[in-house]
Amino acid sequence: MTKVTLTVNGKAVSREVEQRTLLVQLLRDDPASGGLGLTGTHVGCDTSQCGACTVHVDGMAVKSCTMLAVEAEGAAVTTIEGMANADGSLSPLQQAFQDHHGLQCGFCTPGMVMTAAALLAENPTPSESAVRYYLEGNICRCTGYHGIVKAIMAASGQDMPAMAAE
Amino acid sequence: MQSFDFVRPSSVAEAVAALGAEDAQPLSGGQTLLPSMKQRLAAPAVLVSLSGIAEMQGLRREGDSLVIGGATTHATVARAARTDFPALAELAGNIGDPAVRNRGTIGGSLANNDPSACYPAAALATGATIVTDRRQIAADDFFQGLFTTALEEGEIVTAVRLPIPQRANYQKFIQPASRFALVGVFVASYAGGVRVAVTGASGDGVFRWTEAEAALSDRFAADAVTGLTVEAEGMIGDLHGTPAYRANLVRVLTGRAVAAAG
Ligand SMILES: Cc1cc2nc3c(=O)[nH]c(=O)nc-3n(C[C@H](O)[C@H](O)[C@H](O)COP(=O)(O)OP(=O)(O)OC[C@H]3O[C@@H](n4cnc5c(N)ncnc54)[C@H](O)[C@@H]3O)c2cc1C
Ligand code: FES
Ligand code: FES
Repeated sequence: MTKVTLTVNGKAVSREVEQRTLLVQLLRDDPASGGLGLTGTHVGCDTSQCGACTVHVDGMAVKSCTMLAVEAEGAAVTTIEGMANADGSLSPLQQAFQDHHGLQCGFCTPGMVMTAAALLAENPTPSESAVRYYLEGNICRCTGYHGIVKAIMAASGQDMPAMAAE
Repeated sequence: MQSFDFVRPSSVAEAVAALGAEDAQPLSGGQTLLPSMKQRLAAPAVLVSLSGIAEMQGLRREGDSLVIGGATTHATVARAARTDFPALAELAGNIGDPAVRNRGTIGGSLANNDPSACYPAAALATGATIVTDRRQIAADDFFQGLFTTALEEGEIVTAVRLPIPQRANYQKFIQPASRFALVGVFVASYAGGVRVAVTGASGDGVFRWTEAEAALSDRFAADAVTGLTVEAEGMIGDLHGTPAYRANLVRVLTGRAVAAAG
């Protein structure tokens, strides 16, 4: 076991983890077994393909199923639980997902929101093709992506009617 | 994943010492190694993380070459090589997806030598030098077939030195499921001639297409390669493309790379 100290959604945390513990396990596991109980981050594939487990590590989108918890020593991690406004209401990006049919079953949504937030931090007004390109590593089995792309465009304050209908 | 010991040294010298342990293996971005460990294709007893080694990070210009630290991520190369070597920045920016690029590193990609990886094509086409903790290896000697390199047990790629071409372009025909190259061609033109390296196509991994190099050194134009043929024998065949399909792509993508390099 190794002690790992990091910041998660602005709070300093310290846990004893096995060396092989993945960051996503540290985040999701029950507090009774040493995890943080933050189950908003999902595991879809566990093979680095689907992006459901995407979180931010020092501001960068990372697949938390493909990073060791011990590698997050000293890092600032943000998960979907850290995305809402301080009063608990949805952030504009999250609200846009609700308003523009950016989710159906919701399984991919935490990863989609985290990836979209990373994109908008890099590029506040991305083109539609830039949005689709940035979502390359996030798989959604339900929506056909169009609602997700619309939500991200809307959250960036861009003109929605300019986009083709579903 | 089987359990292992983990160390995170802060210098190359400490990392080399740690790699002296039995069944020790370097961990860089982990974008290949961690999935392999989950599948139990790899089961190191000790993982030596390279992520805390400052001397293996970042890019610097040295005369006509770009020197990139072995632990530099694809995302950093995509951002920082834009002015000095735009074709390389573009290659890095098209690897996998944003999350893979934020963790995966150039040293990990070269050491792994996946037959469909992008960086080996850039290293071979530029005649790069692979710098390790103990020696310098020419790219022509470094890549030795499928997942095989000249690296010895415990040897670390600390940096890569790439001579900057006058003109260059990388054409990647994306395999949409894996996002690796179904075929990728890197063309690099120098005062002394043209080099062409192909990834994704051959069952032996990255290779130089010498006939195209001769034709393009003679006349740098897309149609200079249209009359050439690539043997289908030895090419990868899978459900995404037959050997003949890949052989044809090599020629087509080389032409496109020349056209795009201008
Ligand atoms: C979804 C997905 C899509 C991808 N798409 C592409 C793509 O389009 N093109 C592409 O080229 N790659 C692609 N990759 C692979 C990616 O680029 C990896 O990051 C890269 O191949 C390995 O780099 P790493 O830093 O993650 O190495 P690791 O996974 O940490 O290590 C890989 C191997 O190299 C060894 N190693 C690592 N660093 C060093 C070093 N400095 N010296 C010596 N040995 C070392 C390790 O021991 C291990 O054997 C993709 C990966 C994923 C998960
Ligand atoms: S669960 Fe991590 S990429 Fe799918
Ligand atoms: S909403 Fe169901 S997977 Fe995306």
